[in-house]
Amino acid sequence: MSALAYPDHITATYYLVLAAILFTIGAVGLLVRKNTLVMFMCIELMLNAANLTFVSFANALNDISGQVIVFFTLVVAAAEVAVGLAIIVAIFRRRQSVNADDVDLLKG
Amino acid sequence: MIGAGVTPIAHAPVDWYAIAPEIALFAAAILIVVLRSVARHDPKVHQASMLIAIAGVAASALFTGVQWAFVHSNGPYQAMSGLVAVDGFGVFVKSVILGATLLALLLSGGYLRREHLESPEYFALMLCSATGMMLMASANDLITIFLSLEILSIALYVLAAFDRRRLSSQEAGLKYFLLGSFSSAVFLYGIALVYGATGTTRLSGIAQFLAKIVLLHDGVLFVGLALLLVGLGFKVAAAPFHMWTPDVYQGAPTPVTAFMAAATKAAAFAAVLRIFVGAFRLYDVDWRPAVFGLAVLSLLVGSIAAVVQTDVKRMLAYQSISHAGYVLIGVQAATDKGTSAALFYVCTYAVMATGAFAIVMLVARRGDDRHELTDYRGLASARPVLAGLLTLFLLAQAGVPLTGGFVAKLSVFSAAIDVGQYWLALVGMLAAVIGAFVYLRIVLAMYAPPDDEAAPEGPRIVVDAGTGVALTIAAGAIVFLGVVPGIVLDFAHAATQLLAR
Repeated sequence: MSALAYPDHITATYYLVLAAILFTIGAVGLLVRKNTLVMFMCIELMLNAANLTFVSFANALNDISGQVIVFFTLVVAAAEVAVGLAIIVAIFRRRQSVNADDVDLLKG
Repeated sequence: MIGAGVTPIAHAPVDWYAIAPEIALFAAAILIVVLRSVARHDPKVHQASMLIAIAGVAASALFTGVQWAFVHSNGPYQAMSGLVAVDGFGVFVKSVILGATLLALLLSGGYLRREHLESPEYFALMLCSATGMMLMASANDLITIFLSLEILSIALYVLAAFDRRRLSSQEAGLKYFLLGSFSSAVFLYGIALVYGATGTTRLSGIAQFLAKIVLLHDGVLFVGLALLLVGLGFKVAAAPFHMWTPDVYQGAPTPVTAFMAAATKAAAFAAVLRIFVGAFRLYDVDWRPAVFGLAVLSLLVGSIAAVVQTDVKRMLAYQSISHAGYVLIGVQAATDKGTSAALFYVCTYAVMATGAFAIVMLVARRGDDRHELTDYRGLASARPVLAGLLTLFLLAQAGVPLTGGFVAKLSVFSAAIDVGQYWLALVGMLAAVIGAFVYLRIVLAMYAPPDDEAAPEGPRIVVDAGTGVALTIAAGAIVFLGVVPGIVLDFAHAATQLLAR
């Protein structure tokens, strides 16, 4: 790879900080948003932030296992999408709403 | 075409015996799904799938026994290039999980028939979830723990939402899903940071790394460790990460609640013990105060919040938070004694929680919605045996002598006092007193005369054969654990000694 495409001064730290920011956006978004679909996307953002961290560390440590872990995470995320969307759709059919505030039968 | 300088990919050796118990459970789950798709409309499939599930648990128990015999004579070892540990610790937790799964399966048969929810998928999902838990008990790598956490959770999300017609069940499924996957993401990010700091995700590798190298900049490691604790704190339902517990336990179908309370806690605590007491033992100065805080909060929040509830299922859910606090007392000691006390507590809690939720399931009757304290009025005169059994399970949870609960509480307290944590033991005893008040409220309601105005309408309480067997096993086990605890205590002690490090 040429020095132009991958300058030396961009270190793993940049990617790690970006991942930390993405993770924080996801976590805060999950806590403040009310639309269950948006909350769901926030979880995906958090998982991908973790993936980015794995890849950056794998590159910095020169260790392949961190990159392999990302494949596992992708599979897990796909399985979560399948089940999560099914539950959200089942609730939408009954309530015609995906708003988390409408789901309030259980409290106390 | 492979060039001369390219080495062929080396295949890691697969030690099938190391994961035979998990394979047996998962094979039974696959068999059920296949049977369901070939004999789609045969009503016998439901009964057959329950039998297959029980056979799977039995086969898994057999393999676990073989593993114990092997570990006992040859010592613990690591398999699958260190991803999985075969050791006494894992065997103990697996036995608890298998017992809890068996009880939950026995409860489910009658429940599904009563609620007209008969479908083989339920058993397949429960076995999948149990597979994840078993894998978690023997995991020796943070990624194995993460994957098994997801295997057990994703199946449980569906099980919590299984009663499609009841809105509260769907709501429980959604809440469990959102907070469960949130905690999984937090846990995964924690793994990523620990990987960055130590260069490995193997638990034994981390322990070796930390023993050899003193990190000058250990901020990343500490943040990772904290995130791991948060992620697992959600799964064991420790305060302040307990918000989902009352809602999900209340809304989920009651046999699923029993399964979640008993088996999930056992599996998640196995991971907590392996990560913190095992891999990060050298850093116990740093994580013990955090676990101390979690334990105190769980004990107090769980027992105080239960006092103001009027819904019995919810009360038991809050009490499960405080029981997590007792186990954390054992974890916090960070000694072998503390670990074996925590194991014994997890085992006892599995029995008494399943027993109590079984009676709650029966009293709720069709619709699974009679959980109020008033629904329990007059139970003792109408169904004296059921009332007596619930009294036994509640007294055990309160920690009354001659029940397993007493021995369990005593052993975690003595582990805490051994390392000089008098305050923690004191908070635990305070929580036990508040908890006893909660249990007494339920017991008094049962032995109160029935309300004349609100006469017990609705269908009769029907005890089916499976539930009867499950209740007998649970009651026998709780008395056994209280009267002759030595056998299981010795097992827990031996299991702790045979921990793969």
